[in-house]
Amino acid sequence: MKITVNVDGVRYDDDVEPRLLLVHYLRDQAGRTGTPIGCDTSNCGACTVLMNGVSVKSCSVLAVQADGAEITTIQGLGNGALHPLQEAFHEEHALQCGYCTPGMIMAATDLLRDNPHPTEEQVRDGLEGNLCRCTGYQNIVRAVLKAADRVEAAEAAEVTA
Amino acid sequence: MTATETAAREVGKARTRKEDARLITGQTNWTDNITLPGLTYVAFLRSPQAHARITGVDVSAAKTAPGVIAAFSGADFAAEQGSLPCAWPVTEDIVMPEHPPMAVDTVRYAGEIVAAVVARDRYAAADALELIDVSYEPLDPVLDMEAALRPDSPKVHEAGNKSYTWTLTNGDLEAAFRDAPIVLERTYRQQRLIPSAMEPRAVVCAPVAGEYTVWSATQIPHILRVMLALVTGIPEQQIRVIAPDVGGGFGSKLQVTAEEVLALLIARKLGRPVKWTESRSEGNVAVHHGRDQIQRIRIAAESDGRLRALDVDLLADMGAYLMLVTPGVPLLGAFMYNAIYKMDAYRFNCTGVFTTKTPTDAYRGAGRPEATYAIEHIMDDLAAELGVDPLEVRERNWIKHEEFPYTTIAGLTYDSGNYEAATATAKELFHYEELRNEQSERARSSAPVRLGIGVSTFTEMCGLAPSRVLGSLLYAAGGWESASIRMLATGKVEVVTGSSAHGQGHETAWSQIAADELGVPFEDIRVLHGDTQVSPRGMDTYGSRSLVVGGTALVQACGKVREKARIVAASMLEVSPEDLEWADGRWSVRGDPDQGKTIGEIAFAAFAAHDLPEGVEPSLDSDATYDPDNFSFPHGTHLCAVEVDTETGAVRIRSYVAVDDVGVVVNPQIVEGQVHGGIVQGIAQALYEEAAYDSSGNLVTTTLADYLVPSAADVPPLVTARTTTPSTLNPLGVKGVGEAGTIASTPAVVNAIVDALRPLGVTDVPMPCTPERIWRAIQEASGGAR
Amino acid sequence: MIPAKFDYVRPSSVDEAVRALASGGDDAKAIAGGQSLLPLLRLRLSYPERLVDLGGLADLRGVRDAGDALEIGALTTHYELTRDPLIRRHCGLLAEAAAMIADPAVRHRGTLGGALAHGDPAGDLPAVITALDATLVARGPSGSRAITPADFFADYLTTTLAPGEILASVRVPKLDGWGYRYEKFHVTAQAWAIVGVAAVARRANGHVAEARVGLTNMGSVPVRARAAEAAASGAEASAAALAAAAAQADEGTSPPSDLRAAADYRRHLARVLTGRALAAAAGVS
Repeated sequence: MKITVNVDGVRYDDDVEPRLLLVHYLRDQAGRTGTPIGCDTSNCGACTVLMNGVSVKSCSVLAVQADGAEITTIQGLGNGALHPLQEAFHEEHALQCGYCTPGMIMAATDLLRDNPHPTEEQVRDGLEGNLCRCTGYQNIVRAVLKAADRVEAAEAAEVTA
Repeated sequence: MTATETAAREVGKARTRKEDARLITGQTNWTDNITLPGLTYVAFLRSPQAHARITGVDVSAAKTAPGVIAAFSGADFAAEQGSLPCAWPVTEDIVMPEHPPMAVDTVRYAGEIVAAVVARDRYAAADALELIDVSYEPLDPVLDMEAALRPDSPKVHEAGNKSYTWTLTNGDLEAAFRDAPIVLERTYRQQRLIPSAMEPRAVVCAPVAGEYTVWSATQIPHILRVMLALVTGIPEQQIRVIAPDVGGGFGSKLQVTAEEVLALLIARKLGRPVKWTESRSEGNVAVHHGRDQIQRIRIAAESDGRLRALDVDLLADMGAYLMLVTPGVPLLGAFMYNAIYKMDAYRFNCTGVFTTKTPTDAYRGAGRPEATYAIEHIMDDLAAELGVDPLEVRERNWIKHEEFPYTTIAGLTYDSGNYEAATATAKELFHYEELRNEQSERARSSAPVRLGIGVSTFTEMCGLAPSRVLGSLLYAAGGWESASIRMLATGKVEVVTGSSAHGQGHETAWSQIAADELGVPFEDIRVLHGDTQVSPRGMDTYGSRSLVVGGTALVQACGKVREKARIVAASMLEVSPEDLEWADGRWSVRGDPDQGKTIGEIAFAAFAAHDLPEGVEPSLDSDATYDPDNFSFPHGTHLCAVEVDTETGAVRIRSYVAVDDVGVVVNPQIVEGQVHGGIVQGIAQALYEEAAYDSSGNLVTTTLADYLVPSAADVPPLVTARTTTPSTLNPLGVKGVGEAGTIASTPAVVNAIVDALRPLGVTDVPMPCTPERIWRAIQEASGGAR
Repeated sequence: MIPAKFDYVRPSSVDEAVRALASGGDDAKAIAGGQSLLPLLRLRLSYPERLVDLGGLADLRGVRDAGDALEIGALTTHYELTRDPLIRRHCGLLAEAAAMIADPAVRHRGTLGGALAHGDPAGDLPAVITALDATLVARGPSGSRAITPADFFADYLTTTLAPGEILASVRVPKLDGWGYRYEKFHVTAQAWAIVGVAAVARRANGHVAEARVGLTNMGSVPVRARAAEAAASGAEASAAALAAAAAQADEGTSPPSDLRAAADYRRHLARVLTGRALAAAAGVS
């Protein structure tokens, strides 16, 4: 089946099997290997990307269901510079092996879209769909809260500028 | 000798990591990312039976399916596949059965490989698997260790279900127990766990004219290379193993696997590159499991709680086969049941038992969490028996700060420690006295939610390991580590380490160490690892060893570089080498510091080699291989407060304080991260995780929907702090931290739950302490009255 | 990990969808968000030959104020259920329960219709719909059909939707002035409920005038705890009185014993949690 998908700002036209998972399409056909696969039951969240602006688990979307959609992966987040979440993850040591990190950052991006000023508890709840085995989550939560403050400050600066 | 007379500049800094640049931007090189021209995809068919004879494997339909290049059964590999290695036959008479990578006539656990398909893409391979027809003649599963040891039990292997018995004794146990005022006897269960690193395993093998490159999501590229050579007969120098970016291990990737061996053999057979990528549900049955012990513990004590003796009898579930270090894992715990305590007699006896389940092997802590759990649990029981505060009982027994170095009843010599300081700090951060007061007040009411406080004072033995000790324990390899320093012409530095990080931040921490040792900026150093062609020598990463052993090798190698540089500098400055002193990356003339050369200038002089002294090689490059004399012994005190809803059994961790002493800290952020991650895995064992089997021997918890790994919403914020008692055993003064959090936390949580429920008559809750188990323990204690 | 092959159609009208499903019979399955179906396909627990993607059916989207009820399109996502102002105002139980399903990413894709048509008694929304006395509206080859929850959920993962029928919308009575609570008892945030209790209660003069309770995972279908409802009606709005009423919550249930919990514990939980849910719904602090 023919599909057109915009991935990280680039348009892809392809002919795919209906059963092709979006995450395999992204990794194997669009060459976006930054998005990993961690499980087969949509629990781990490592494959999280943004689809039309909201977070989805790309292992649980068929590529044909993404026809006409805009996908943002970890590789399309920064736009040349580091996104505040990427910076905050780095500063707060919110990653160790890094496998869960793309999905965690994309999920956090969506969390802050939905709730720009989360409490610690809201951050933990908002990341319930993303598993990490290395960090114990402590620094991830710190990083998201830090990024929220920075995004808020940046927006405030824009307003007053 | 350490590098500088001035204070260390990089060691101790919370440097953000060099590794992050590629990890936070998705520019990662996981094994599954690797593509090669002509790459083919392997899928493995796994036995649905726990125990069966294979009476037929028909791959003919698979062979002709679309996109399929080849299909294999065990018969195709029987002659060449050898046996997966066990490098730790712990006794001379150990029963160590053959372990074919692909089963040929018998399967002994559900998940064992019975066939393989190679196809042009992974989708075709998955489809073709379903066309393979395997017929089985079922045999009785063996699922219970105690039953397995009875003479009438079905046999997992011809030679029987007992693999070995191993004993350590010291002191007169009988005398100690005789007339002891207090004797406590307990049986605890260490449940079976699935390590669940976030990256599923993957292997790529590229054959080129008799040379083989193997990429694998492994913790042990060097060991894997040796083992692949030994198992397959392919000459070692023709094998290159690369661990690219690896997404977590925790011991689960410390292994020589059927998939790695078969990928190599298939690539050789087909003359094509092959890739295999695991799915999570495949990994849950196929990656080795952790823990799984029945522990019988007895202590004899004086009436004031001072321990006389400890008697430990274990049944350890090996699973169906002995894998790389399977039989040795419980033995690592043998030296740790006595923990931080003094006593007059100790006996440890362990029986390794075969069952028709996935083989067990190392998982974070590997034998030491099991030991710490048992001793810390029974120490709390002892405190309850005496009516004494659990910390007080421990203090009566632990090795005092001024008594170090101390040789324990298990025969280890702990170099340094300060249990008093860690405990005092933990109590303060935890508000221990206030919480105990709150607990007594609330105990008077009959409110359904009860407060419990759990204590865990631990030490651990890591920095694996002195090679002679490993040899004495019949482990086949050594425990040294290696580092090579390359001083580049432009003054930059390459550090080649034999360690193999998979999240631990060695690229950063080793840069910090080398920066101090060589006086070179942190940014000018690059750390290389994980590729046997680049790092020719190493013993890889596990057992909280890399900083202690690899870091020391690095310090030693840097020392050799400095000494070579001294000779060249003396020649450049036209003085004698004894007239030079080192400071901040420079050799300068004593008393005339303006007369000096930086290490970069010296490196260039060596490179140009225009004017080197007679007999001096034109290179400052040096390496060092370090074999430690002893293990290292981090320690700590963890305190946990829980609220238990006795109506539902639900548990909420209200606060958690960890004070750990890991000696000198190279990078506090990395250390803290390791503690956080370790604690959460230990909490998960206490509350959530269990690899559960049904009565036919099928693993029920095959997915992350059933095997409950916690998310951020399921674990509390942690308060962590450190005391610093440097190690006296290595120049850095470091002790290692990778497993400490996991070792400490499980008993802290379980002790807290039991503490909350003791007034109701509950003395134990088996792990994982699910709400149902807690509720049931309460029902049983009250005779079902509630 | 990788699904078996299937054909795929993406109809642009409900009639087209109905025809595609009807002609496929048992070998055709509807897919909306796919959050229940795709894991089954990936584990090869299901082998549909044709998937009919309902995602393009604009008719099945949206929440409409229908006077004394809300008409909620079957394609409304769980996320939309949590955010829709009409649902929050008139049927807060649905928003509260939807917020507890899985995690945010799953909620962005999973739909009301999909969750109900999947028919898993361990899912949260079937019990909620049952407690709310909602009406499920199906469209099929013989037209439109209104179905009560009791008539809709037939067995474990089995509804009475006929081949070719799709859930088009759910009609939920407005419960203005009623209190509500969804108590979801699970071990970790992502885990399914061991037991869930959906309670709505109307309070009058310090008493519970009327209560409805739906139970998650207490049988092969969602169950109304009618004995507890009867006991709660007229009971004092106090924790003690409602706990007493809840003592009958497990009557008529047949809870499973599985990896997560044994039946007797589920019965106990149902009683305790029904008491708590009723108290919360009755505004008892």
